[in-house]
Amino acid sequence: MDFELVQHAVPVLLKGLGITGLLTALSVLIGFNLGLGLALMRLSQNCFVASFAKYYSMTFRGTPLLVQLFLFYYGLGQLPFARENAVTWWVISDGTRCAVMALALNTAAYTSEILRGGLMSIPAGLTEAAKAGGMSSLLRFRRIEFPLAIRQALPAYGNELILVVKGTSLASTITVLEITGYAKRLMSQTFAILEVFVIAGALYLVINIILIALIRALERHLMRHEGR
Amino acid sequence: MDFGLMQVWQDGWIKAILLGATITIAVGAASMVAGALIGTICGVVKWARIFPLTFVVDAYTSLVRGVPELLIIYLLFFSSVEFVTRVASAFGYAGVADNGYAFIIAVVAIGTISGAYATEVIRGALASIPAGHIEAARAVGLPGRRIFRRIIAPQMLRIAIPGMNNVWQTTIKDTALVSVVGLQELMRAATVGAGSTRHPFIFFLIAAVVYLLITLVSQTGFDWVERLLKLRSRK
Repeated sequence: MDFELVQHAVPVLLKGLGITGLLTALSVLIGFNLGLGLALMRLSQNCFVASFAKYYSMTFRGTPLLVQLFLFYYGLGQLPFARENAVTWWVISDGTRCAVMALALNTAAYTSEILRGGLMSIPAGLTEAAKAGGMSSLLRFRRIEFPLAIRQALPAYGNELILVVKGTSLASTITVLEITGYAKRLMSQTFAILEVFVIAGALYLVINIILIALIRALERHLMRHEGR
Repeated sequence: MDFGLMQVWQDGWIKAILLGATITIAVGAASMVAGALIGTICGVVKWARIFPLTFVVDAYTSLVRGVPELLIIYLLFFSSVEFVTRVASAFGYAGVADNGYAFIIAVVAIGTISGAYATEVIRGALASIPAGHIEAARAVGLPGRRIFRRIIAPQMLRIAIPGMNNVWQTTIKDTALVSVVGLQELMRAATVGAGSTRHPFIFFLIAAVVYLLITLVSQTGFDWVERLLKLRSRK
């Protein structure tokens, strides 16, 4: 391993770390809320709303993220209504914003499945007791259903977070310079493929290990009543 | 305004996309076979905790599952492309380093990735076999190999099918990533079509629909196999 090269590569890849973190944070923030909404839609009594959520998740989970990314970044600009609307154009005209949109919509589909599982695992008696206690549906959701569902869903959601981190690497294909984008550039500039891979891979592993530790800590915090 | 639907029909792009789809399925199937083989071997090693090997397998699965697929594909392609072209041109096949070569590296890359996920599925399936079954087989005096063939393997297969379905779904979606290094599969065909007709929307939409069809059809197939195995176990 060439030490001088490592010295050159590390700062460059660290520059990409910020963008990777930003992409992850924004798309998780948007995707979680969308996913929660979709999970509630999926469980709604209205069959149109429920089937919309079902087909949304089927479409986004059944196609590769790369196709979604290309469809949004290259494809949407061709549609007149997307090009002429100021908001949609603001989103799709920039690689980073477009990547956040694609990642958020993609993770929303997976999140909705995870949260749906969590919401369905709530014992009916608890909801009924809350109803009998006179809680409004919003209060019931906030105090009873959501806290129970999130505890159930947290381990699976941790896996989904890792998938989002790995998904951000695809943003490099639509001109965003994050870790993988810089890594590819360095690989073709220096031909030190293994060295660059090791550093970039280590950065991703560190992000993922930190995320896993955070999720575990949150899980322990939420489950502290169990008392081991 | 048309989005190039006529052009897709007239210029024979449909044929290119269908050809790409068959290559996608071929890469996916070959990688899945490789992944299942790797997964079975590594899963058994991880389950039985065979001393030095289990650390190697642990390192392999946590590395591959923690690093983006795209980065792994870049590593395998870029590090091998120079080597292979040199070997090929030394033997006088300068043009070898195109599709056939890309196919092999794609299978190696995607197979490595799906192998790591399959390992976890197989390990989980093995771990969920009741210990009593194995102890009973041992008590009856079955030799180790036959215990594996008659007691462990059939149960493992049945438990592992839903997990393997998930691995297959991610594998077929991961094959889209090898398009960025030039294999002429579905995604690449769509990108080329989008570039040369300047109608990216319709081309990527068609690609998305084809991927969706592939995943939905294989989902039905897996559901069928699962039902079949369940029925047989009930008799």
